[in-house]
Amino acid sequence: MHSHDFQIPIGPQHPALKEPESFLLTMHGEKITSMTVRLGYNHRGIEKACEAQSYIQDIYLIERVCGICSHSHATCFIQAIEEIAGLAVPKRALYIRTLIAELERVHSHLLWLGVAGHEIGFDTLLMYTWRDREVVMDILALLTGNRVNYSMNTIGGVRRDITAEQKQEILKATDTLEERTKYYIQIATEETTIIKRLSGVGMLLYDDAVNLGAVGPTARASGVDRDIRRDDPYAAYGELKFNVITDKHCDVYGRAVVRVLELMESYKIIRQVLADMPEGPITVKAPRKIPAGEALSRYEAPRGEDVHYVKANGTDRPERVKVRAPTLANVQVVAHMLKDRYLADMPIVIAAIDPCFSCTDRLTSLRDSDSGSKNYMTWPALRSYSIEWHRKQGIDFSDLNKKFKVPGN
Amino acid sequence: MIRPGRMIIQVLRSLFKKPATSLYPFVKTEMPDKFRGKLKYYPEKCIGCMLCMKDCPSDAIVIKKVGEKKYIAEINLARCIYCAQCVDSCPKDALESTKEFELAKLTRDQLKVVISEETQSSSEPKT
Repeated sequence: MHSHDFQIPIGPQHPALKEPESFLLTMHGEKITSMTVRLGYNHRGIEKACEAQSYIQDIYLIERVCGICSHSHATCFIQAIEEIAGLAVPKRALYIRTLIAELERVHSHLLWLGVAGHEIGFDTLLMYTWRDREVVMDILALLTGNRVNYSMNTIGGVRRDITAEQKQEILKATDTLEERTKYYIQIATEETTIIKRLSGVGMLLYDDAVNLGAVGPTARASGVDRDIRRDDPYAAYGELKFNVITDKHCDVYGRAVVRVLELMESYKIIRQVLADMPEGPITVKAPRKIPAGEALSRYEAPRGEDVHYVKANGTDRPERVKVRAPTLANVQVVAHMLKDRYLADMPIVIAAIDPCFSCTDRLTSLRDSDSGSKNYMTWPALRSYSIEWHRKQGIDFSDLNKKFKVPGN
Repeated sequence: MIRPGRMIIQVLRSLFKKPATSLYPFVKTEMPDKFRGKLKYYPEKCIGCMLCMKDCPSDAIVIKKVGEKKYIAEINLARCIYCAQCVDSCPKDALESTKEFELAKLTRDQLKVVISEETQSSSEPKT
């Protein structure tokens, strides 16, 4: 190791980070030579908890995977269930789902714009975008009854209908937001401090984006023309006209451009949905017990492709639920983007993928602090620990030992 | 024109504008009609089917039989996640979401609310 080489651990507890995650940076002077990401500090056991609850209860649990893209996760999960059960969801319900999805994208992208402004020290932008974001938050509260965790979805449709007056409110808010977004586009293309700070930072070329499996705006800013809404249409997207925004900048500036231009596409979609929304029922009766089967559902969340896998076994509870949040696909890209870059670029490059680390955590791996070994506990040791723990609770498993052959012994 | 300080006009204009935030708790915002706040329970409508208990994701509601066709509801406001699934599940509209959202209390016990026909008018426990 060269005398100027050293390692900086950042996180899991760090004043600059909003969520618990750990980065280990190997530095050469001020330059980052390599970076490792360690996740799992906010593992909540959601997938396992889903198996212990009925499908209806799971909707509300899955919705809480992420606070910002709660509708994304709930819709993705429900689409999988509806596919297994073979439910024909009414068209009006699909249009309402699309509407909420786009409003969610608007609020998420405005939030990101503010966070990006904050990370580069441009807090004026943070204050203005978050003020304007309140417009869309109020609309979401009006339509669904809550600012976050909308609980709009149910198996076989949506829970709340949209009235004509509400449509007028949405159109009015969309006009306001569109005007503000045009102003931000103007700022992003004319303000030198933004252009100079973001250009050439966190470079991710097309080939690397494809090889590392980047998703969402991160991939689209590197010229990867990929959007689940167009490539594998769900809800009402198959009947709507919109453009997939891509950019050739390949840097953080490109990601900002993609997101603000996607806002304009979202307004276009919202107007189409409101104009074309058919009349009719908003829900079909869904069975409590879902027939045996499995389904994989894809959804374009504001951060990228969200994937849910559900396996049903004929009861009212799922046998297996798997959630892959978009950040998991993007987090490895960050290490690549930061290679040979300055330490000062780290906050904005991480923020540029719009990370949601707590949504990503599906597993915690323990390490022995002395040896660094990942095998913290062997299987027989874990088993005897469990038996001992239960014995203290007054449950004796000694009879079970005779019935089952112990693996590993 | 590309130059720094493009937002300065907007910033200066904001100096003469009213704050965007509201002066809570002096000014209270009206909650939207669909707001999912504290639950309201109508014991006389309840038939004791327990569907609300079955569907509750957080075990926040317990319906108990106290007599012939008489039921009480024990709602734990600390456990409730205000999804209003019980309101949707109820076949007799015995449950309703209200616009009440200021539910902070000093102890956990105060968050356990028992609603019966007698206490329906005053659902708050005596403290």
